[in-house]
Amino acid sequence: MSDALNRRGFLGLAGASALAGLTGCGADGEAAAQPKNGGRLRAVYAGGGAKEVLDPHVQSLFVDIARHKATYEKLVELGPDLKPVGRLAEKWEHDGEATTWRFSLRDATFHDGGKLTSEDVLYSLARIADPAVPERVAQSSLATLDLRRSRTVDARTVELVLTAPNAEFPALLAGIGTQIVRDGFKDPTKPVGTGPFRFVSFEAGRSMIANRYDDYWDEPARIEELHILSADSEARANAVQGGQAEYANDMTATFARTASAGRTVRIVAAKASTMQAFVMKVDRPPFDNPDVRMAFKLLTDRQRLVDVVLAGRGEVGNDLFGKGYQYYPADLAQRERNVGEAKDLLRKAGLLNKEIEFLTADASAGFVESATLFAEQVAEAGVKLKVVPGSAQTYAKDLLTNGVIGNHRSGAMPIPQYVTDRLLTKSPFNVTHWRRAGFDAGFAAAQRLTDEGARSAKYGELQGTLRDEGGILAWGLPDYLVAVSATVQGVQAVPPNTLDSGRFDKVWLA
Amino acid sequence: MRTYAGQRAVLAVVQLGVLSVLVFVLTALLPGDAADMRFTETLTPDQVSRLRAELGLDQPLVSRFVDWFGDVVRGDLGTSLISGGPVVDIVKSSVGATLVLTLATLAVVVPLAVALGIVMGTRENGRLDRAITSVTLALSAIPDFVIAVLLVAVFSLKLGWLPATWIGGSLLASPVLLVLPVAVLLGRTVCLLSRQVRAGTITALHAEYVVQARRLGVPRRRLLLRHVLPNAAVPGVQELARTGDTLLGGVLVVEAIFAIPGFATALVDGVETRDVPVVQGLTLVLAVAALLLNLAADLLCNRLVPRTELLR
Repeated sequence: MSDALNRRGFLGLAGASALAGLTGCGADGEAAAQPKNGGRLRAVYAGGGAKEVLDPHVQSLFVDIARHKATYEKLVELGPDLKPVGRLAEKWEHDGEATTWRFSLRDATFHDGGKLTSEDVLYSLARIADPAVPERVAQSSLATLDLRRSRTVDARTVELVLTAPNAEFPALLAGIGTQIVRDGFKDPTKPVGTGPFRFVSFEAGRSMIANRYDDYWDEPARIEELHILSADSEARANAVQGGQAEYANDMTATFARTASAGRTVRIVAAKASTMQAFVMKVDRPPFDNPDVRMAFKLLTDRQRLVDVVLAGRGEVGNDLFGKGYQYYPADLAQRERNVGEAKDLLRKAGLLNKEIEFLTADASAGFVESATLFAEQVAEAGVKLKVVPGSAQTYAKDLLTNGVIGNHRSGAMPIPQYVTDRLLTKSPFNVTHWRRAGFDAGFAAAQRLTDEGARSAKYGELQGTLRDEGGILAWGLPDYLVAVSATVQGVQAVPPNTLDSGRFDKVWLA
Repeated sequence: MRTYAGQRAVLAVVQLGVLSVLVFVLTALLPGDAADMRFTETLTPDQVSRLRAELGLDQPLVSRFVDWFGDVVRGDLGTSLISGGPVVDIVKSSVGATLVLTLATLAVVVPLAVALGIVMGTRENGRLDRAITSVTLALSAIPDFVIAVLLVAVFSLKLGWLPATWIGGSLLASPVLLVLPVAVLLGRTVCLLSRQVRAGTITALHAEYVVQARRLGVPRRRLLLRHVLPNAAVPGVQELARTGDTLLGGVLVVEAIFAIPGFATALVDGVETRDVPVVQGLTLVLAVAALLLNLAADLLCNRLVPRTELLR
């Protein structure tokens, strides 16, 4: 998601170091208490050039997601703990087995004046599922939706039927690329949604301009005009510091350090919102041996990795995805470094003084750095980790099939979705090759449990197994950093991909 | 003359053909294709392979090239694999900013370099000569991106006089956007060009005809403008042709730093997303422009100093 960001990473570093000396230019930092109306907000995101799209069902970049969030809405969104919250769907209920779901729609109007109806919902879901357009992203996550048996109950109630029970279905409707469009929507270049801003213009790789939609159901936005712009990391930094933008998304820890010394820019940090991990393939030597996996987990000096690679902007990981999210087993002890025990395990596995290749790439911030530092930590137990760089643009795909150990980063998503995407036998992104029939069955059983407490307990068990036996070595949970001008108020410190992230309808200019 | 022009034109077409093949093959050698570049962990491998078939990327390399070439011959640069829009639109929307940037730079560079070169040449090894030499050499030794970062830090972030980026700005509305990018591009080109003019001036000043003219009492001003400058300009003009390369390299960096949506940005994006038709189209336009310039220069030379041999 951040290739555009890395390409000129060196420039960003150079920029940040040059900025180190420049602090304290003007402006009063503190908040004005009363929200004000009016004004223009310019938000800059990592650009994707010609890759950027207006079609809300084809999105994959943060900048696209931000644009679509301004103009369109979903039935369901995710709260700060990644738990589903209703948006266009006011409430929902299922048949007791989580197979047939009824969603009651909110009284919302599209920008063209039409009322939101259940026909719009069915049309949108059918548009997403169209097999002729493979790039509609939610196709695989919504594959269990049986559209032929789904129907409208009345104008504002829609019944959706699944091919298999799934208590997590509302969260799937909050995934990326699930926006509700108008029935018969054909031309994505003329966006008509129910969102807080009306589309004005768009140029891929450059900008989108939108104006406040006065009939928005959830209180009209406070700002008058919204510009969502694209730029690389260092240009974002310069723009927000130089007053050409009021909001800069996804900033580096280095920038945060220099910027927070000044008073023109404020950093909004969503603590421990994403995950950095090393991933070991559990079906390939030497990591097919559970002792070796455990030894590597015990060898990791997590705090040092966080301090060095994340410049201290994050927390240590505990070999599991989703700390702080719904279903995360909070009672697990933090895994600590234990070189002695690791050495014993490695000796038993006959791995001392052997060389292992670590496949890395400059695909995401901190990948190469963490691999290099980890190699030093592993060397303390007498194992040589040879860091081999690969192609940055194809790294995620290459790592699915190549290598035995590599880097992995994940943004915020609900834990069950993470498991579905990466940890089941048929998961499309199963980078650790964790394929256990028992685990698959246990997960499927958990998803059928309609009682949240029981489901949570079952998920907890499965995650305990993963933490001890799986191939994910989650070492750090980076903060998600956004830079805003001193005048911008109302920006929430929440993980990306959640409802209140990039909520420009709730922001105001002091 | 007519035969010469004809031969040059044929050669230009052959050059373009070879270039197209080269660019096509080199882009194909890069890891991954446009369908893979959509693989941002949102499309499943199954979706990616269906996308690949839809884009025709599962066809053999040769047949893809033949398809593309056939379209180009008919005047159609094809469609982008990433956006689905016509390549011509991408060329049109990106060429303006780069053209303005380049022309604005040249408009400053040429008079500045000529003036500095003459000042230095007429004061050979004097204090002013050495001072200007030191400054221009130092500037040309600093990489473009360092100059850019420093200028932005001082004039945009510290003093707040000039915009730091082109983000959300339009050149028509605020020409001031050009100031910092042009300043960055000046560094090396002014140095290279003024050194040549200086050398030319010194050579000319030592030439017998100038010494003779001076002996005859031709006023200094007239001597410099009428006799020295035309001769001193020759190496400068040759250098100017070569400046194109330097400038293009600089434009790439400058577009990146100031977030300028120009030709270089479009080309880099095209390569990164393996958008072969876009890369091919942009390269072709660039190559045609370069060939036309060279052709014009060659024809001019041929007119001035008629040669029988082609491309010596």
